[in-house]
Amino acid sequence: MINKRRTFIKQSLQASLLASIGANVVFSKYLPEGINLLGLDHETKSFPGKSDLLTVLNDRPINIETPAHLLNDKLTPNNLFFVRNNGLPPTSIDVDNWTLEISGESAEQTKSYSLQELKSRFENVSYNLTLECGGNGRSEFNPPAKGNQWTTGAVGCVKWTGVRLKDVLNDVGIRSNAVYIGYYGADTHLSGSPDKTSISRGVPIAKALENESMIAWAMNDQDIPLLNGHPLRLVFGGYPASCSGKWLTKIIIRDKVHDGQKMTGKAYRTPCSPVAPGAKVDDKDMCIIEDMPVKSLITYPKTGAVIQQSQKLPIAGHAWTSSDNITKMEYSIDFGMSWKPCVLSESENKYAWQHFEAELTFPEPGYYEVWARATDTEGNTQAMLLPGWNPKGYLNNACHRIAIKVQ
Amino acid sequence: MDNRHINTEPLWKLFISLMGLLVVACLVLFAYLCLQKPIKNYLNKPTYSHKQLEEMARKRAIQRDKERSENWNLVEKGIHVKTGLKADPNLQVVIGACTSCHSAQLISQNKATRQGWKNMIVWMQQTQGLGDLGANEGIILDYLAKHYAPKETGRRNNLDTEAIEWYILNVEE
Repeated sequence: MINKRRTFIKQSLQASLLASIGANVVFSKYLPEGINLLGLDHETKSFPGKSDLLTVLNDRPINIETPAHLLNDKLTPNNLFFVRNNGLPPTSIDVDNWTLEISGESAEQTKSYSLQELKSRFENVSYNLTLECGGNGRSEFNPPAKGNQWTTGAVGCVKWTGVRLKDVLNDVGIRSNAVYIGYYGADTHLSGSPDKTSISRGVPIAKALENESMIAWAMNDQDIPLLNGHPLRLVFGGYPASCSGKWLTKIIIRDKVHDGQKMTGKAYRTPCSPVAPGAKVDDKDMCIIEDMPVKSLITYPKTGAVIQQSQKLPIAGHAWTSSDNITKMEYSIDFGMSWKPCVLSESENKYAWQHFEAELTFPEPGYYEVWARATDTEGNTQAMLLPGWNPKGYLNNACHRIAIKVQ
Repeated sequence: MDNRHINTEPLWKLFISLMGLLVVACLVLFAYLCLQKPIKNYLNKPTYSHKQLEEMARKRAIQRDKERSENWNLVEKGIHVKTGLKADPNLQVVIGACTSCHSAQLISQNKATRQGWKNMIVWMQQTQGLGDLGANEGIILDYLAKHYAPKETGRRNNLDTEAIEWYILNVEE
């Protein structure tokens, strides 16, 4: 185990050299272990394929979020996409011999596919899908919830390329009693124990059969970064990102709700009925999170802008929902007393985030907060205060706020 | 009228200037004798390009950081530098029990009451393979409850205007 980890660290150093200086370091393979390039201090804070501008919440397991102003691109660049790992990423990946097994009680047969078979046998599709961690916004809960204290940055939207999960499942054959699918990946448990699974979640069979539910091998037309699941992962827009299994090696079609690691207990569950903040909730009264709530993020300007009163302030950002579309995007500069509309783009496809823009004027010098709220097809919108407190701190979709000073 | 009378004033002037020069020369000689060593050092000093100097400064900074991060006992502003955890006589017990499985950041970014921390330990024991902590459990819980206690923030915190990095934004008109 120790040896394996060491190789991973060395491999990741090579990759991070590339990422952080933006050029290949000639002869980098001859760098003795423990010797770093000048100017690359904090080597331990660099992660393969990820920008140093991201916020590292945790380095074992690796959990990294993206500051709001770095999410301004229409599609999130791969090196800015957040990382939520439950275990340790695989240390050696053999793309040529990678296989995906489909089996389970409700599968007609057990079948394996190589990456090449997946690419050649099924229709290749691309969708822009937003992935958001179920715990995004956890840091605001009071009483606090344990776990990674995500602020606003466990979200991103990229162009995913792969095949439809339903095409592969249908090729194997789904029995009529199928209820759920569950996944397994090549990552290892944090303790290093081979007997433990770090995470094995899944989705109801109806979700698995949606058009946009994918087995993907590319992010923005490039290989998926190692920390985001290279070479193969599931992608389910609109569900907690933990359903979208990484380093995917196996999918099982279940005749009951999947009971893998982090499907049971309180993990990725909220109280079945609303509870008061701080309430104790029994495991049996906790229900699995399915659809993620409507949400939006102001990605321009970065919070803390100081402007002249004569200036008009352009703002921009994204909004997303698990229902069909965002239908309305509004902003307020008076703490929610009045709301004005933003210009909102059309959705590329279901679960893609939509972009908004507006130009703001301020009536007089002073301190302002710009608040943003999205409304979706179903009429759901965002709370100003923290919505439904829950023991594990999931689903905080309270409106995003940035601070502005006008002189 | 004595025509042979010589006007001596220019000579005096000359004499005074010569004396002045002599004094200055003496001063310079004295200063040279005093500063001989530093001047020699300066003349023999190797010259570096701006780039080389930057490189050296960077090297020194990295070395300093390395020494800093390798120093297991270094405490700055009440924070144990190696782990980022709050300094405390019992910190080593906490480090020993917790950080062999997960990063110390998983502790420092969380806040809970003593019972809340106890619940997390029980969860790790039931599901994550953590063993019995014995007598250390009380020590660890005391540490966590003291240094990582929850703060009352209401239904939603104010934006932390102290922590925001304010910057001038010039918007093109």
